[in-house]
Amino acid sequence: MRFDGTKDYVATDDLKVAVNAAVTLRRPLLVKGEPGTGKTVLAHEIAKATGAPLIEWNVKSTTKAHQGLYEYDAVARLRDGQLGDERVHDISNYIRRGKLWEAFTSKELPVLLIDEIDKADIEFPNDLLQELDRMEFHVYETKETIKAAERPIVVITSNNEKELPDAFLRRCFFHYIKFPDRETMQEIINVHFPDIQGVLVKKAMDIFYDVREVPGLKKKPSTSELLDWLKLLLSEDMPLEVLQSQDPSKAIPPLHGALLKNEQDVMLFERLAFMAKREAR
Amino acid sequence: MFFNFMDELRAAGITASLKEHLVLLEALDKEVIQSRPEEFYYLSRATFVKDEGLLDRFDQVFSKVFKGIETSYGMQEEDIPLDWLKAIAEKYLSEEEMAEVKKLGSWDEIMETLKERLAEQEKRHEGGSKWIGTGGTSPYGNSGFNPEGVRIGGEGGQKKAIKVWDKREFQNLDNTKQLGTRNIKVALRRLRRFAREGSADELDINSTINGTAKKGWLDIHMRPERHNAVKLLLFLDVGGSMDPFIKLCEELFSAATTEFKNLEFFYFHNCVYEGVWKDNRRRFSERTNTWDILHKYGHDYKLIFVGDASMSPYEITHPGGSVEHFNEEAGVTWLNRMTNTYPATAWLNPVPEKQWGYSQSVKIVKELMNDRMYPLTLEGLSDAMKELTRKHGS
Repeated sequence: MRFDGTKDYVATDDLKVAVNAAVTLRRPLLVKGEPGTGKTVLAHEIAKATGAPLIEWNVKSTTKAHQGLYEYDAVARLRDGQLGDERVHDISNYIRRGKLWEAFTSKELPVLLIDEIDKADIEFPNDLLQELDRMEFHVYETKETIKAAERPIVVITSNNEKELPDAFLRRCFFHYIKFPDRETMQEIINVHFPDIQGVLVKKAMDIFYDVREVPGLKKKPSTSELLDWLKLLLSEDMPLEVLQSQDPSKAIPPLHGALLKNEQDVMLFERLAFMAKREAR
Repeated sequence: MFFNFMDELRAAGITASLKEHLVLLEALDKEVIQSRPEEFYYLSRATFVKDEGLLDRFDQVFSKVFKGIETSYGMQEEDIPLDWLKAIAEKYLSEEEMAEVKKLGSWDEIMETLKERLAEQEKRHEGGSKWIGTGGTSPYGNSGFNPEGVRIGGEGGQKKAIKVWDKREFQNLDNTKQLGTRNIKVALRRLRRFAREGSADELDINSTINGTAKKGWLDIHMRPERHNAVKLLLFLDVGGSMDPFIKLCEELFSAATTEFKNLEFFYFHNCVYEGVWKDNRRRFSERTNTWDILHKYGHDYKLIFVGDASMSPYEITHPGGSVEHFNEEAGVTWLNRMTNTYPATAWLNPVPEKQWGYSQSVKIVKELMNDRMYPLTLEGLSDAMKELTRKHGS
């Protein structure tokens, strides 16, 4: 099983090696990178390429590590006890399986995506150390041990909001998706818009990389924003001349809403446009 | 195998452990990669580097350790790359010998002679250039060149693409962090005081059992989840002498904002007077009256100053001492007011502790703080947190 990217996803060589190492050795792959560079999509594509089912665990600030293993629903059991339901005698009726359990017992070898692990509490990764290392855990209520027959492929993404503990990192392969250079970006665009006009792409990329260069931007637009923007340009049938105009007073790119996600950034651009206009006079 | 690689990594501050080393060997054993140096580079990078800030350092170590290894694995013997010969020649031939070689004229002749010379060299230096004898079959691949190498002889050999690790693409991500935010957060965690406030969304088993037993029917009690209820006022010195510590303060600040829900922060310059501000860009137009802060936030708030406390002593002791405006009351008055209002107070000073004695103003502030001044290091931070959680008289 080798991962070489898919027809919808352009994988750089270093990414391929990291993925293949993680898949072969069955160790978690930790993926970091700017937002919008395709971290989450990577897990989807690995699943697609290997034909494995994808189990997604989206981590939030309130997520606890044990929720990924299982939860014991005491309230439901109390209610059933009150109503005299027969089910109440078997505690396993009230154990809710978590995503890790699902992944460990899945019939087919799954890809488990733990998305945005840094959103959770700072101790969260530590609580999952043993489980991810040995791929097993113990259920106290039923006294059984859930062990993965075959170690699942685990992909973990992080946005760097919190740093992860060393002991956790030690167990992972790491890959940093760097912002694609023009060549890779061209490939990515070709994959998404196979019959787009070459001139349009070139122009759009010029503007896009210019926007990224503007100092002081709060949120630099990334790959996913460029793709959205191109889609918009195409659907609006934006004439090429609009993009090509060298008029400095039009410093704000057309349909900028897709690229700039922050009112301060838009203001910054308006100010730049205003200054350019004044200079032109 | 590769032990010196690991040592070099550790020397460069990348925490490579035996565990990662074994993982790397296992991956090689299972043939995760094809035998190309680029892939080996990618694999070892994915194994050893766990922080994008360290990628550049890794690239440097890699190019240092594996200098002279390049992609000609499996090439035919006659394809010995010119670069490699040049580098080897440069390494093992003296200048006179090189000059002699150059005089020979045609490229082929030069190369032939080089090979001969090198073969001779091999006999002289034990093990010095053993790659020569094996030509193209050394396990590492046999070519390689010195990137800084001086070129000799005619040009026109094959041009090598720059090796990936020599591009050093991750250069601007490298940051030598003294205090990672994770460490700061762990230190700040000392300052937690849990309390149950807010909406009741957790089952209170004890009260439920009690209630059920009393009433005879299921009586469910809920309670709010435990939250950190510590309240914090943070006063940050900005500008002037604080500029070298911006990064450190940013880290502290970002750690604090994610760790505490009840956090209020204000900026000041050098010393606190009657006005502070929340937005540094509008520091002159949008000031907050310090009295308002003292009145608005209760005594249970904990007060932390962050500043180097380095200024002219007059800025603290005399009315009108401020460098920015005319202050009617001296800084000392304001500092006393604040420490009186908030019994739990600490001053974090980014200046190393051993330099504190050289500045008179630091001594004054430290005295005003009743010695509760701590260096902005992990240890200092822990001590400060300990002080803040101590039971205070009032």
